Amino acid sequence: MKLKFGVVVFPGSNCDHDAYHVLKHILDQETVYLWHKDTDIQNSDVIILPGGFSYGDYIRTGAVAKLSPIMNSVIEFANKGGIVFGICNGFQILTESGLLPGALIKNKNLQFICKDVYITSVNEGSLLTKSLEKKTLLTPVAHGEGNYFTDDETLKSLEKNNQILFKYSSGTGEFSEAYNPNGSLMNIAGIMNKEGNVFGMMPHPERSSDLQLGKTDGLQIFNSLIQNFIK
Amino acid sequence: MYKANVIIKRKKSILDPQGKAAEHGAVLLGFKNITNVRIDKQVEFLVHVADEAMATQEVSEFCTKLLSNPTMEDFEITLEKIDEA
Repeated sequence: MKLKFGVVVFPGSNCDHDAYHVLKHILDQETVYLWHKDTDIQNSDVIILPGGFSYGDYIRTGAVAKLSPIMNSVIEFANKGGIVFGICNGFQILTESGLLPGALIKNKNLQFICKDVYITSVNEGSLLTKSLEKKTLLTPVAHGEGNYFTDDETLKSLEKNNQILFKYSSGTGEFSEAYNPNGSLMNIAGIMNKEGNVFGMMPHPERSSDLQLGKTDGLQIFNSLIQNFIK
Repeated sequence: MYKANVIIKRKKSILDPQGKAAEHGAVLLGFKNITNVRIDKQVEFLVHVADEAMATQEVSEFCTKLLSNPTMEDFEITLEKIDEA
């Protein structure tokens, strides 16, 4: 089945072309760019909020991007059940706009972290994880603010409602502080909303989806989404 | 008209890595009496209304909608009346 993906372009997005390339040229999906000043999401089935440094990360990461005209349409789309997937800065924009709970704060070690890490799926039922070929995936992270934080009550409800998608882990799927690159609560690398249609993760599946770059684990996440999407 | 001075503070429960780094720097510099360093943000701007209650309401809305994130930050507002020339 062919889906239509809309990749939002904010001033400062820098993974928009990576996402477009993977979806259009590797996965052969219909893919369009959505300019931040537009309000038309062009009948997209799935909206991708890509990584980058939208609006220079001024005020807080994602804080200004959430006010873009396109975001009003994205929020409306999400509230009607539309699929929205935020990667890295896209995840930060989703928490800032209230579509996902919590916040991404400065990495515990204060450094910008750019390296490959292992993440393990802890959710068997979500669109992004249902059809993974393996539970533990190698994906790159590249962020200064990827430290997932929320209050205790929200954390409990994330667990209770099975909203945690991925946790940072060892290559064999063990969770401990040693495998937590940024200080995220409970090693959280990705979550979804209660309804299961809005997804956010800090690691970059679109940067690990092309064999020419030596890594393809990210492809499994996009494949899972495409296979399980119900039109 | 009012001049607003807003301090945005990371919630006490959240580790402030920048404050920690500054505290570590203090140790390296040989300061023996400095602890609990927190690095916050200060924002200043003018509010063009005559009524203080209206100014407070507008500033607090601005803080909630953009300047601070309630998940991780609190804010304190100080207003100073300025006579328009």
